[in-house]
This record gives sequence, C-alpha cells and structure tokens, in this order.
Amino acid sequence: MKATPLWASETFWKKTAIWVTAVSFLLLIVLTFDSMAKVSAGNSNRVPAYSVINKKIDYRLDAKLNRYMPVIGGDAPLFGNTLSNEDAERLVTLGKKTFQAKNCINCHTILGNGAYYAPDLTKAWLDPNWVDEINRETLMLAFLQDPAGNARSYGTGRKMPNLGITEDEARGLIAFLKWTAAIDTNGFPHNFKTLYAQENQ
Amino acid sequence: MSAGVLDSRNLNGGQKLAVKYFIVAMVLFVAQILFGLLAAIQFIAPGFLFETLDFSVNRMIHINAMVVWMLYGFIGAVYWFLEEESGVEIVGLKLGQIAFWVLTAAVAIVVLVYLFLQTGAGDDTTRWLINEGREYIEAPRWADLGIVAVLLVFFYNVAGTFAKGRWSGVSGVLTLDLVALAGLYMAGMFYTTNVTVDQYWWWWVVHLWVEATWEVLVGCIMAWSLMKLLGARRKIVQTWLYIEVALMFGSGILGLGHHYFWIGTPEYWFPIGGFFSALEPIPLVAMVVHSIYDAGVHKFQSTNHPALAWVIAHTFGNFFGAGVWGFMHTLPQINLYTHGTQWTASHGHLSFFGAYATINIAFFYLAAQQWRGNVWMGANLADNGWKWKWSMALLNFGVLGMTVALLIAGYEQSFIERAIEGSTWSGYFAGQTHYWFTQAMVWRLILGIVTAAGLVLLIWDLLTIGAGETRPALVIERHDEPGVKAAVVQTA
Repeated sequence: MKATPLWASETFWKKTAIWVTAVSFLLLIVLTFDSMAKVSAGNSNRVPAYSVINKKIDYRLDAKLNRYMPVIGGDAPLFGNTLSNEDAERLVTLGKKTFQAKNCINCHTILGNGAYYAPDLTKAWLDPNWVDEINRETLMLAFLQDPAGNARSYGTGRKMPNLGITEDEARGLIAFLKWTAAIDTNGFPHNFKTLYAQENQ
Repeated sequence: MSAGVLDSRNLNGGQKLAVKYFIVAMVLFVAQILFGLLAAIQFIAPGFLFETLDFSVNRMIHINAMVVWMLYGFIGAVYWFLEEESGVEIVGLKLGQIAFWVLTAAVAIVVLVYLFLQTGAGDDTTRWLINEGREYIEAPRWADLGIVAVLLVFFYNVAGTFAKGRWSGVSGVLTLDLVALAGLYMAGMFYTTNVTVDQYWWWWVVHLWVEATWEVLVGCIMAWSLMKLLGARRKIVQTWLYIEVALMFGSGILGLGHHYFWIGTPEYWFPIGGFFSALEPIPLVAMVVHSIYDAGVHKFQSTNHPALAWVIAHTFGNFFGAGVWGFMHTLPQINLYTHGTQWTASHGHLSFFGAYATINIAFFYLAAQQWRGNVWMGANLADNGWKWKWSMALLNFGVLGMTVALLIAGYEQSFIERAIEGSTWSGYFAGQTHYWFTQAMVWRLILGIVTAAGLVLLIWDLLTIGAGETRPALVIERHDEPGVKAAVVQTA
C-alpha cells in the first residue's frame, strides 16, 4: 500500500486545524479591540454619547453614501430637560435595564435582533406612528404605561400586554430608544421614513 | 442481565449518567414543542392566553428549552462514550452526578420563575433573579454562575478521564472545544447600557457557541458514532475531523462578522462577515460527503439502523439548515432586507433541528439499544420498525414544512415591510396582515402539529424499541481489515 500523501494525512490536517483556529481567533481579538474603541458611547460618531438625547435626531438618506444615516440636529431636550452626560446615561441605563427586565426582546427586535412578533425598535423614536414632535413624548409615555388600553395593532389584533411599567421606567425606555435611534447602523433599516419626512420634503 | 429489558447493569458508569441527561433532554424537547405551538397559535389568534402566557413568555421558553435540551443531549453523548473512548472509568463521576442534579434543579427553578413571575422591575435584582432579557441567554445571573460551575465539573470529568486513560484525536479536539464552550459563555455574563457593545458580546456567545463550538462538538460526537455504527476506520474519521475543525473554525470564527453589519459596528465587518460566512457551508458539505461515503463503503450495514438514519439526517440537516439556509441571507446586500424577519426564524428552525436535534436523537437510540442489553437494532425490527421510521418521517417533514412556511413569510416581509414600506411600524403591520403572511402562519402551525405527532411517536418508540428482543446486536466484520470488530470502537 502506498504511503498516505501529505495533503491527506492526519498530522497535516491536525496542524492546519490548530493554525487556522489560532490565526482566526487572533484576528478576531484584534478586530474586537478596534471595534470596541469605535463603538464606545461618544468615542466616535458611530455610537453617540448619551447626551445626544438633548438633541433633535433624524434619519435620512445620505445621497453621497447612498444609505440612510442618523442626522443629529439642534437642541431638543427630552421631556424639556437638558441633561448632563452623566444624568443622560443614568436615564438611558434605567431604560436599558427596563428593556431587559420586561423581556421586550422576545416580541420585538432591536437592531434587528430578537423575536418577530412586534415591530423593530431601532428607530422607534422616529416612527411616524407618534404623529409629530409635539405629541410624541405624551403618546409614548401613555402607551408604555397602558399598552393594552392604547393598543396600536394596525388590524392584526396583536396587542402589547401591560407589563407594569412605571412612569420613571417609561421615561427611561424613551430615553434609551431616542439614544438608540442615533446609532449609525450602516443604513439599517433601509428606506425608513421618519415622522419628520413630510417637513423634510 | 436479560436481553430486551431496560436494565442499568447493561450500562457503564458514564452511560448511567448519560441516560439521565437524555431523559431530561426529552422532557425539555417536549416543552420546546409545546411552547412553540402556543406561540404559533398566538400568531393566528393573538388573544389566545393574552396577559396569562404572553407570546414573549412562550417564545422564551420555546428557545430556552431548545438550547438546554441540545446541551443536555451533547453532555449526555460525551458521558456516553467517555469510558469507551478513554479506556478507563470516569474520573470524578460522583461530582458529575451531583452536577447533573444541580443543573436540573436550576433549570426547573428558572422555568418556574419564567412561567409565574415572568418579568420584574427595571433594576439589577430582576436580572440576577428573574430574567436577563437577552435572547437565548435569558437565564438570570445566578443560573449563569451555576451553568459555568456545572460545565467546569463536566470539563473535569472529561479532561481527567482522558488524562488518566488514553488520548485520541477525537478526545483532544473535544477537550479543547469544551474549554472554548465554557469560556465563551462568560462573554455574555455582564451588563452594559450600550446596546451595540451588548449585542457585540452577546453574539460571541450565541454565534461562537452555535456556529463554531457546538458544530465542532457534534463533529466529535459524529466521528465517534461513525466508528461505533459502521466500524469506520479511526484514522480516516479523525483526519476528517481535523479537516472539519480547520474549515469550521476557519470560516465560523470570522463568520461572526455577519452579525456585525447593522448593530453600530464599523463597516469593515461587511467584507469580513460576508466572505467568511459564505465559506461556512463548506465544512458542512464535507460532513455529508464523509458520512455518506462511509455508510456506502460499509454497505449501510450498521449496528443500529435508527441511529445511523438520524446521523445521516444530521449531516443533511446541518448542510441545508445551517449551510444553505444560512448562506441564502448572509450577504449584506440581501441581509439589509432580511435581517430581523421570518427568514431568520426559517433558518433557525431547520438549522437547530438539522444540525443538533438529529444527532441527539441518534444517541437516544444508541442508549435505548445498550440499555436493553445491546440488542439487535438492524434490519427486520419488530413490526418492521414502523415507529422509528414514521416518527423520523413526521419530524423531518414537519420541521421542513415549518421552515418553508416561515421562508415564504420571510420573503413576503422582506418585500412588503422592508423594500416597499421601509420598515416603519405601519410597514411592519402591512407585512403581517398580508394574506401571504397569514397563510404561511397557518401552515406553520399545521406543520408544527405534524412535528409534535412525530415527537409523540418518537417517545413511544424510544420506550419500546428493542423490548423483548433476544437477538444480540450486529457485530460488523470490517471489510478492509477482516477480523477487526466494530462493536467496540477501535482504539487509538
């Protein structure tokens, strides 16, 4: 019987497996360090500082890049209170913890990840569902505290259940969603028309 | 020892522990299907169990039961062959037994809390005691710590036993893979407000478990089962295993990038994620070729027909579910429209079933055979083996049918909600109310019921197959090396 050629031998593939795994993992580590530096809040323009909730946020087609991009505008403090970055972070943190505590992800998606039973929340702050800038905060607060009573199910019969969200938690959630809407998601979702779309035309 | 009767004296120490894991795995499999059906009904009748068992609860238990029963199956499979593969008794088996009861008690408490408390206030206590609220890894932090502790005991059993007995290619890969498995879980065990950073590390757990370490783990399990079932030569099986590891980690580790297109991470993940995830199906093709080739070479003579059939179902399911269905929507140019739609659900159903449920079921059959005294499980089973054949047909048809129904729903969502309507809430609901979508949801439920029927039959079969069988298991004469028997796996 002829000897096994190198390319079919066990030792060759064993070494290949070790090298390929090691190099891939090393590359992943390097890329992870780079990505972490670029996505820490406020460190670059990809993920904004939490104080972005003091600003007007929009999401529009960038003609040069040919993709949708967040647009940070002038002052538009959430609930009329301009917050320091620390206070803004505290409010967004309450929102994020509530988002996890109420298990939102098992009906909704955010950044496109989650369940598919309820709408994506990435740009929830900008959704035309909230009519306009003047009504938005009031409508969102009322909805989160009594979702079944203020159901917006567009003929599906699907309602969000009452999850016992307090007013503070609702404010936190809204801050979290406003901040999330300002993240540069490389154009996801595409072709999304915000509640400012009318006035932008 | 009497043949054909369930008798634990037929099992070695590891196998006794393995069947405990397998039994809990089956219970969780039932829970997965049951809560999946409830969630499927809610897509059609949203008022069903509203504010009692909401979709979020049912869906969470559906996916958590799945993850945990897969893990129970894998852990059981490893305990199953640990003594045969190492040639010695398991080191620290007592500790392994305790770990099993600790883990099972923890799983039971977590599920009861999911069912009866469901959610809590937006503070740290909820995350520690009730629900972490992150998909797939919802288990509260106290349970995370328990899971890591149990995995360490499992690792100690495995590494300690091989170190005392003998090492082989299979055991070497397996041991290193378990280090990665336990280590990666910890990447999901911290809180951060930054949702981009959160999802970045969350994918380390979810992707690098499911698309890398789990794949390699089942690669080891399959390598061993091909030697067991067919008498395949160790040298060939292990060479294939190394090829698979090279291809799996070579594509899967950086293939992680396909989850980093839209979560706020830099643009360089487009080419990296696109390229490497496009390569991800290749090792899965290799597995199909490898298993079919081996089965053909051995003229489909096997010691356990149902197990071999499920191993082959595994390779095809892995290739189509994880490979083809994954590739179909992995490139950013299509993923922009399909990300976060029923496409993902379609891919998830076929891949988890195809890649992981199948191989676990194969091991359940190996366990049933040995537990009854290593009885005959080849051709000419009692009643022509109709139960295993029909349960296999129903389960595969049911899952494939759900996959196709969800794929149609995903097409419709991508076009109507995403491309046309632009993903607003009204766009989302325009997609959800279109009859192409609602019809797909009805078909998904019907085929879910078919799957459930297959599961009932599977349980019945596992409880009865080989009962009263007096013929001993087939001993395969290895055609390439006459005289070498396959009933005991050829040693390194």
